[in-house]
Amino acid sequence: MATTKATEQLDFDRYNQEWYIDKLVQGVVFLAGISAIVFVLGIFIFVTMEGIGFLFKDFSLSQFLLSPWWEPTDDDKPTYGILALIAGTASVTGLAMVVAIPFSLGAAIYIGEFATGKTRETLKVLVELLAAIPSVVWGFIGLSIMNPLIIDLFDVPVGLTVLNAGIILGLMAAPIMTSIAEDALKAVPDRYREAAEALGATRWQVIFKTILPAAKNGLLGAVLLGVGRGFGETMAVLMATGHAINIPDSIFDSVRALTTTIAAELGETAVGSPHYEALFTIGIFLFLITFIINLSADLIVRGIRNQ
Amino acid sequence: MKHSTQMFAESDLNNRNRRYEQLFKTLFLLMTLLLIIPVLVILGTLIVKGSGSLSIEFLFTEPTNGMTEGGIFPALLGTVWLVSVALLISVPLGVAAAIYLSEYAPDNWYTRIINLAIINLAGVPSIVHALFGVGAFVIFFGFGTSILAASLTLAIMTLPVVIVSTRESLQAVPHAFREACWNMGATRWQTIRKVVLPNAVSGILTGVILEVSRTTGETAPIMFTGAAFFLPYLPQGIFDQTMALSLHLFVVATQVPNVPESLPYGVALVLIGIVLLMNTLSIAFRMHLRSKKKW
Repeated sequence: MATTKATEQLDFDRYNQEWYIDKLVQGVVFLAGISAIVFVLGIFIFVTMEGIGFLFKDFSLSQFLLSPWWEPTDDDKPTYGILALIAGTASVTGLAMVVAIPFSLGAAIYIGEFATGKTRETLKVLVELLAAIPSVVWGFIGLSIMNPLIIDLFDVPVGLTVLNAGIILGLMAAPIMTSIAEDALKAVPDRYREAAEALGATRWQVIFKTILPAAKNGLLGAVLLGVGRGFGETMAVLMATGHAINIPDSIFDSVRALTTTIAAELGETAVGSPHYEALFTIGIFLFLITFIINLSADLIVRGIRNQ
Repeated sequence: MKHSTQMFAESDLNNRNRRYEQLFKTLFLLMTLLLIIPVLVILGTLIVKGSGSLSIEFLFTEPTNGMTEGGIFPALLGTVWLVSVALLISVPLGVAAAIYLSEYAPDNWYTRIINLAIINLAGVPSIVHALFGVGAFVIFFGFGTSILAASLTLAIMTLPVVIVSTRESLQAVPHAFREACWNMGATRWQTIRKVVLPNAVSGILTGVILEVSRTTGETAPIMFTGAAFFLPYLPQGIFDQTMALSLHLFVVATQVPNVPESLPYGVALVLIGIVLLMNTLSIAFRMHLRSKKKW
C-alpha cells in the first residue's frame, strides 16, 4: 500500500540522514581532537615568528647562553646574556625541589600506603585544594608574609630571595607532585604487596623494598613535572625573588628568573625592537626546555604502564 | 623478655620491626602534616588580615584615590567577562576533543601525538602562553589588547583541564551501555548523544567548575593580552580591555605606592575565596556523584 511504502521510504531517508550526521560529527570532533596539536605548533610558530628577527641579526648563541649580562636597555651596547637568569631559575627551582621532593613523596606514601578511610579522603581533598591556590596569591604570600618572616628569622636586610621563592615554589609544586606520586604508588599491583607480606616482610619493608622500586618511574615522572612547573612559574617567582639580576652565592641573594624577565619587561618594549625580540627568544628557550621535560616525564611514566 | 619462652610469642625481631613501622608511619604522617599545616596557617593569616577590608561595598564599588581606596568592582566584573568568554571557547572545543579521544580515536600514532600535545599544552609556562597570545591574537589576528585576545589565550591554556576531565567522565560510562545501544541499530553519534553524554554530563560539569577556578586565578597570560592595570570605565564588549582580579592583586601588592596594608589582603582573600569555593563545589559534586553511582 502507498502509506507503507511512504513509511519505508521515510525510514530509509532517516537512516541515511543519521549516517551522514554521524560522519559529520566524527569529522568535527576529529578536528577538535587535533586542535591540541595545532595549538602546540601554533605556540611554537608564533613565538618564534616574533623572536626570529633577533636570531638573524647579530645573535650569538654562546653570548646569549653564557653571558651573565642582561642589559637590553643599555644605550651604547645592549647585551642579551641569559646566564644569570638561567642561574636564577635553576637556583629557585632547585631549592623548591629540595623542599618539595621529600615532603611530597612522604605525603604520597602516607596517603597511599598508611592512611585509610576518612583520613585518606580528607588528606586527598586537602592536597587537591592546596594545588588550586593561584600563583599570584602565592606571590603575594611570599611578598607580604614570608618576606618579613625571613628578615626576622635570619636577620638579613632583604627577604625577597632564593630562599623565599624556593619555599613558595616548593609549597606550590608539592601538592601536584603528591597526587602524581600517589597515583604511581597506586599503580603498583596489590599482588606485589601480598607476595612481600607472605614472605614475612613488615609494612615498611614492603614499602621500601617492593613498592618504591616498582613505582620508581612514576615517582621520577612526578619529580620531573615538578621541575617543569618550577621552570615555568611566573607570578609567584616575580613577586618573591626580589627581581635582581644576579648569579646567587647563597640562598639569601635576590635573583631574577627567565619567566619573570619576560613578565616584567614585555610591557615596556616596543613591538619589533631587539629587546622585544630578545624576550620572545627567551620564550622559545623556555618552550623548548619545558617541552623536553614534559616529553621525558611522559615517556618515563608510560614506560611503567607498558611493563 | 618473659614471653620469649612461649611459642609464637613476639620475638625481639618482631618488636623491632613493629617499632620501625610505627616510627616510619609517624614520620610520613609528620611530612604530610608539614606540607598541609603551613599552608593552612598562611590561609588563616590571609583571612585575619584581609577580612577587615571585606564588605559588600568593597565588592561593588570602584577603586578610588589612585587605587589606594575603594573597592574592586571593575576587577571582579572583568574576571567574570574573561572567564565567561574563555569558557565559551574552551568548553565546546574541549568536550568535542574529549569525545573524539574517548569514543572515536583509534589506538595509533596520531592519537598518541594528540595526547602528547595535550600534556605539553598543560606544561608550557603561562608566560609563553602570554607571548603566544601577543603574537597570535593581539598582533597577527589584530584583536588588539582585548577581552577576546585574553580569553582566547586563557581558553587554549586551560583546554587540557576540560579535555582530561571530560575524557575521564566519558570513559567512566560502562562499555556495555554503548554496546546495548549499538545493537539497537543506533549510529555512534546517536549512542553518544542519547546514552554516553547523559550519563557523563555531571562529570563534565565537575571539570567545567574546575576550569572556572583555574581560569580565575591565571595572571601572566592576561597581563599583555587584554587585562589593564587600571581603567576608569567598565568593559562594554569583547573588544575592550578590562581589569581583572588576579592582575589587580599583583598591581595593588607591587605597583601602587601607599596602599594601606589591608587592601591587598582583601583582594587576595576574595580571589582565593572564589577559587577554593569553586574547587570545593567541584569536589563535593564529584563525591555526591560517586555515592549515587549505580554501576
